[in-house]
Amino acid sequence: MKPAPSVILFSTLSGLGFGFLALLGLGLIAVQGWPAFFHWAFGYALAVGGLLASTFHLGHPERAWRAFSQWRSSWLSREGVAAVATLLILAPQALSDWLGFGWGQGFGLVGALGCGATVLCTAMIYAQLKTVPRWHHWSVPATYLGFSLTGGLILAGAGLWASVAALGLGLLLAYGWRVGDGAFARAGVDLASATGLSGLGRPQVFEQPHTGGNYLMREMIYVVGRRHATKLRVIALIFAAGIPALSAALLPVLPALILGGASHLLGAMAQRWLFFAEAEHVVGLYYGKAASSL
Amino acid sequence: MTCLPAKTDKKLGLVIDLDTCVGCQACVTACKGWNDQGYGAALSDQDPYGADPSGTFLNRVHSYQVTPHDGGTAKIVNFPRSCLHCEDAPCVTVCPTGASYKRTEDGIVLVNEDACIGCGLCAWACPYGAREMDDEAQVMKKCTLCVDRIYNENLPEEDREPACVRTCPTGARHFGDFADPDSTVSKLTRDRGGVPLMPQLGTKPVNRYLPPRPKDRPEEASLLAPLLDIKAQGFAGWLDRMLGKLE
Amino acid sequence: MGQPKIDTSPKVSDEIRKTTCYMCACRCGINVHLTSGKVSYIEGNRDHPVNKGVLCAKGASGIMQVTAPSRLQTPLRRVGPRGSGAFEPISWDAALDLAVSWMKPLRETAPEKLAFFTGRDQSQSLTGWWAQAFGTPNYAAHGGFCSVNMAAAGIYTIGGAFWEFGQPDWKHTNLFVLFGVAEDHDSNPIKIGIGKLKARGGKVIGINPIRTGYNAVADDWYGITPGTDGLLVLSLIHCLMEAGKIDLDYLSRWTNAPLLVNGAEGPEKGLILKNAESQPFVIDRRTGMPAPWDGQGVQPDLGAVWQGHRTVFQHMAERYLSDEYRPEAVADRCGIPAARIRGLAAELARAAFDQAFTLPITWTDFRGDTHDQMQGRPVSFHAMRGISAHSNGFQTARALHLLQIVLGAVEVPGGYRLKPPYPKPVEAHPTPHFVTAPGKPLSGPHLGYVRGPENLALKEDGTPWRIDKAFTWENPFSAHGMMHMVIPNAHAGDPYRIDTLFLYMANMAWNSSMNTTKVMEMLTDKGPDGEYIIPRIIYSDAYASEMVAYADLILPDTTYLERHDCISLLDRPISEPDAAGDSIRWPVVEADRDVRGFQSVLLDLGARLGLPGMVNPDGSAKFKDYADYIVNHQRRPGVGPLIGWRGDGTKTGRGEPNPDQLARYIENGGFHQAHVPEEASYMKPWNAAYQEWAVATSFFETPQPYLFNIWSEPMRRFQLAAEGQGFIQPPDHLRERLKVAMDPLPVWYPAYGEDGAEEYPVHALTQRPMDMYHSWGSQNAWLRQIRGKNFLYLPTKIWTAAGFVDGDYARVSSPHGEITVPVAHMAALNADTVWTWNAIGKRKGAWALDEGAPEAKEGFLLNHLISELLPARGDGRRWSNSDPVTGQAAWFDLRVRIERVGPQEKAQPQFDTLPRVVPKGEGR
Ligand SMILES: Nc1nc2c(c(=O)[nH]1)N[C@H]1C(S)=C(S)[C@@H](COP(=O)(O)OP(=O)(O)OC[C@H]3O[C@@H](n4cnc5c(=O)[nH]c(N)nc54)[C@H](O)[C@@H]3O)O[C@H]1N2
Ligand SMILES: Nc1nc2c(c(=O)[nH]1)N[C@H]1C(S)=C(S)[C@@H](COP(=O)(O)OP(=O)(O)OC[C@H]3O[C@@H](n4cnc5c(=O)[nH]c(N)nc54)[C@H](O)[C@@H]3O)O[C@H]1N2
Ligand code: SF4
Ligand code: SF4
Ligand code: SF4
Ligand code: SF4
Ligand code: SF4
Ligand SMILES: [Mo]
Repeated sequence: MKPAPSVILFSTLSGLGFGFLALLGLGLIAVQGWPAFFHWAFGYALAVGGLLASTFHLGHPERAWRAFSQWRSSWLSREGVAAVATLLILAPQALSDWLGFGWGQGFGLVGALGCGATVLCTAMIYAQLKTVPRWHHWSVPATYLGFSLTGGLILAGAGLWASVAALGLGLLLAYGWRVGDGAFARAGVDLASATGLSGLGRPQVFEQPHTGGNYLMREMIYVVGRRHATKLRVIALIFAAGIPALSAALLPVLPALILGGASHLLGAMAQRWLFFAEAEHVVGLYYGKAASSL
Repeated sequence: MTCLPAKTDKKLGLVIDLDTCVGCQACVTACKGWNDQGYGAALSDQDPYGADPSGTFLNRVHSYQVTPHDGGTAKIVNFPRSCLHCEDAPCVTVCPTGASYKRTEDGIVLVNEDACIGCGLCAWACPYGAREMDDEAQVMKKCTLCVDRIYNENLPEEDREPACVRTCPTGARHFGDFADPDSTVSKLTRDRGGVPLMPQLGTKPVNRYLPPRPKDRPEEASLLAPLLDIKAQGFAGWLDRMLGKLE
Repeated sequence: MGQPKIDTSPKVSDEIRKTTCYMCACRCGINVHLTSGKVSYIEGNRDHPVNKGVLCAKGASGIMQVTAPSRLQTPLRRVGPRGSGAFEPISWDAALDLAVSWMKPLRETAPEKLAFFTGRDQSQSLTGWWAQAFGTPNYAAHGGFCSVNMAAAGIYTIGGAFWEFGQPDWKHTNLFVLFGVAEDHDSNPIKIGIGKLKARGGKVIGINPIRTGYNAVADDWYGITPGTDGLLVLSLIHCLMEAGKIDLDYLSRWTNAPLLVNGAEGPEKGLILKNAESQPFVIDRRTGMPAPWDGQGVQPDLGAVWQGHRTVFQHMAERYLSDEYRPEAVADRCGIPAARIRGLAAELARAAFDQAFTLPITWTDFRGDTHDQMQGRPVSFHAMRGISAHSNGFQTARALHLLQIVLGAVEVPGGYRLKPPYPKPVEAHPTPHFVTAPGKPLSGPHLGYVRGPENLALKEDGTPWRIDKAFTWENPFSAHGMMHMVIPNAHAGDPYRIDTLFLYMANMAWNSSMNTTKVMEMLTDKGPDGEYIIPRIIYSDAYASEMVAYADLILPDTTYLERHDCISLLDRPISEPDAAGDSIRWPVVEADRDVRGFQSVLLDLGARLGLPGMVNPDGSAKFKDYADYIVNHQRRPGVGPLIGWRGDGTKTGRGEPNPDQLARYIENGGFHQAHVPEEASYMKPWNAAYQEWAVATSFFETPQPYLFNIWSEPMRRFQLAAEGQGFIQPPDHLRERLKVAMDPLPVWYPAYGEDGAEEYPVHALTQRPMDMYHSWGSQNAWLRQIRGKNFLYLPTKIWTAAGFVDGDYARVSSPHGEITVPVAHMAALNADTVWTWNAIGKRKGAWALDEGAPEAKEGFLLNHLISELLPARGDGRRWSNSDPVTGQAAWFDLRVRIERVGPQEKAQPQFDTLPRVVPKGEGR
């Protein structure tokens, strides 16, 4: 799949944002007054910024409001609904924290659940797709949630907690890649079943339908070289999990927060880029492209 | 709308005969021609006379070479690919806006272009590459099963069939109602063992593909026995025998 | 939210106008939808006899042809050096005056100095007539490099050819065997036919080195080695004869098999024996005595020997029963195992004889014998350039006709049927005319069918009359001329120099030429005097093709929807076996540029030149335009370009001009059909009812029944000359080759490409893509997305041996040149053959495409590897790369060597960007 920058920004930033907001909502980052304002504003900025980024890849952003309508069946719609609802529910909590209304933690707790749900919805947009076997697995929502939580903890300067989360995330990533690499094969689709020609023999592409390009090839048949992929995995692992884990464990809070946060975001982006770039859509079979890269 | 109808009155779709498709691409341009001026936004082309031409097509014809498992003669199979109007169409359920829907009356899967935000998710959900985002209109385009032809009262009765079916020179494309067991498409599917594509993905495609008939069967022993041994009997003997048959 | 309501009955268009498609010679009927005066959609005309509603990819995207940015806009005159692209727009009057100022002096002094060649011309009865009136011997269309082998072998053998001049009896045939066809001119009918046949459970067999298209759907495929079909076919005949599976009755009644071959030494040896009245005769089986070949009740004896003269049948049996045609003897050469050859023969026999049937049609033959049924043989064949574009193509095509004949499968139910005005014997065709006289028209049509050396277009000194050397000892039966030789010969001044080269729709600076690079040089070469060697070039094209840059004067044509055209029975009509048919095009939209239909321009030029037939006695133009000509021109009294609605509108075939004729055609969807009466529908060459109908419908002036020529007398006459008989003698260096090539019975000899091919072990072919038309498909924004670049397809053997991988290029060399091109792997391919799609490669800057267009960057032509002359032989002479009988260009004799060169940026050779005569195309 084509790694669109807007989608990478969206999913990394909003994931981070909702993770951070969730911690705020849960009251695990205990801040009041102006510090609270800046914390909440930071969380909102990440989440909203991410959401806004996602509209950049829409053909008709002016109609984006319509996307809230299909929550009964569509994870994308649910994600939108969940995100907005969560941001609304958390607002009183933020106000209370900032202005000291003392409304307790009720909104925050519900909102934190909402944050989790939103991130889950985001992940499910991908995980629901049988057409992309690498994504169609529980490890995808787990990873998204893992990123959200880890990112939140790092930004919260949660020290060892952040280290533990980062290590967990690292394991999760490694696991995800391992199962992901065999996912296409396990899905049991190949050119023969894609064309119904299995009875005849082994089909291979003779000629592409068009020598010119098309949307499908640009959008869904993005082939990343194996060596390139391995390199990026290492980078993602080191930056998203390794460095933050170490810095959270070893460095003082502020340097840990800055170094770990930046590193984590970078790693997340690398992971997310790879998440798309490595994902093979079954339509690639028709073009003889799927499963050829790995 | 994004939920699928529990049941559709008809199941309209295509049967594509891979035994007869010569890969002529007629259905590709006929489809482009009709839909460029028909339902919804035109099918745009980018850089049409340039170095990297690319455009929206609702039907594309692949060509595969198939090597038999027993190592026999290789074959070429031409393979048209368009929307299969799936019963369990994932492209519909993923759509956040309701722009994608499956019609209750005939099962045709359509995009309401006025509601489409161009998010592309439906194209991701479709295993068959049946949806293409138009680069100019920025809405999702797909085969409409020529919904603006098949019921069109401005067309003569015999022309109320998809443009691709009407133009196919070999008659490899058939249109009809799969819910009706007596329709041509149902019969062809039964008689010729029509297959769904990638059934494992649970989309329950309506369209069916008729697999190529067995080809290149090894010839059984020649039925042609020489009239007689020409070497032994000579040409004159052959001529006698041969012309003796004339009476 | 409910399901949206949509309009399922939108208005389709304001108006439908019915005319004829143009993107190939199939000439399907189209419905052109107009919305607000613009073409909005094109679909097939369901009532049209050719396509019955269907359209191919080109036809269905015709709208992109009409809006192409490559359309020429106005007449242009060259102002800079030739090829520099420096043109100035001029008015039509100025353009025509200029053309007249060049042509008129030529006509008055040396008409042969005007060479008028028209490429894929659909109006040859007009262009030929014009050239005849001008008086130049130098006229032909593209047939000489296209498929004259197929045409001539058919006419000389069965009185009709493959191409689109006949078709299988699709309704009754059970087995259809296709030799060397990728698409052909009869494209939609063949596709419709194959589809129907398969739906009925019939069988299709493809004989082709490459398995795509029709061959891909074939139930059985024989991946033959190129150039060996003749051998395969004769081997099939061997098997059939050996087993006695031949139609003796058919052979004895309808072919010259029972005629006697003169066995006496001397000038008549090998000619058909004639009686005192100079008539051939047969031996009647009932009496054992000579009897007229066309006598009523006569039962010709195939096995007769009379005074030492043996029948054609005996000669034929003796030859084909010989060991050299045993499957085991030919298998290696053909690349097909002997058992498969025998199997194929058995399959043919099974269809022809075991599945034989009769139709209850009573008919009377030319002998006066009445039959109460027609014998059906449900096996049919079709062949095209895969057979004919080899230097043994004429004989191979004859062999294939012989195979059909021995099966009794021509003009019978279930077999191959000809379309009116065919069948038509050689005798009913003209002989070539070529004698020029200043200021005078030629005495007859240029192109015709040579009966013997006396018909050759040779001057007393033995030099050719024609610039292309058609109808000479090098290619006696060059019935379509030899367009591919015009530029090389004119450049070499051999046989003479010309002044003005007048070309119409032929991309001679690109894929209509062999040796393309050299031809481009020839077009710009100057002599020592600083003048161009070909002093003047006038060209009519509709688009910014590669050729346009090389013209001095450009006469821009309209597109096919903007002009009148006439698809005439005098030319290449749209008949069906059951009906004679002709059709028109008419301006369904008006041209928005300063362009004119070429045919109207030609008539205007004719009038300005005062050519006979084109001016009134007072010197004024006889025809206002082409439409006027179509209606009012009469070739013979009562016979004009169109057969429908003549006279008062009720007459068909013959009748006075009807001013209302075009309106009647338009009303009828652009075509007319005259149906063959049922009793005349088969056995046409011998069927008295058909012959009468043909006379009534104007094809003949008198009935022309004839026998199929298994033994060809015209050929034997040339062989006799080569043996030293007769007064007109060939040059010595051609004697041996004539003896072989002009064999009166079909033979096979290795294609000339084999000579000196030791270092070039691989055959290289091209195929027409079904979705592209030669050079001009690439200006179509939709088609060029489908096929904007081509690959050289390599068989598994070559692919693996050299370790090719996807993305690689190969260096391909032939005895003549070298190209470097992208490759791809193909499994279903003859192991010694490589191939590519024809004419996808384009020159940079042509067709209004971007310089970086894939067509120009990665696309390529095989033509750079093909020379119009073969490498020098032992005696230092160079034979032309063509069939020795007809001069047909032997495109498919090409032999190459392949080397892997890894990934490259672009194909080689690359040429300079062509100067633009129209702006580069932007949006659609
Ligand atoms: N290697 C290889 N080369 C081949 C062949 C092969 O098999 N292999 N085949 C050969 C054969 S059989 C053929 S027929 C040739 C064909 O080769 P081309 O000469 O390319 O034939 P066309 O595509 O007919 O194009 C001729 C010209 O007609 C112009 N034209 C199109 N429409 C009109 C019109 O309405 N009016 C006018 N005035 N001009 C128009 C086009 O723009 C083009 O410049 O190629 C030959 N070359
Ligand atoms: N779509 C489309 N249709 C066209 C044209 C076009 O450009 N595009 N051009 C038109 C013109 S001008 C022409 S002349 C016709 C030509 O129509 P075709 O006769 O179909 O010509 P080609 O495409 O050259 O195909 C030649 C075929 O012969 C095969 N072949 C080559 N050598 C041999 C051999 O030795 N033996 C056998 N058995 N097969 C062999 C090749 O593999 C190929 O399949 O098509 C006409 N129709
Ligand atoms: S083929 Fe694709 S677009 Fe069509 S209904 Fe099925 S999933 Fe949807
Ligand atoms: S692109 Fe349009 S139709 Fe497809 S899912 Fe998005 S909104 Fe729905
Ligand atoms: S049914 Fe209509 S829209 Fe669908 S592929 Fe055929 S022509 Fe195109
Ligand atoms: S039009 Fe028919 S034969 Fe041609 S590619 Fe389409 S389905 Fe195949
Ligand atoms: S076969 Fe195609 S290009 Fe040729 S006349 Fe018919 S529709 Fe036109
Ligand atoms: Mo041709």
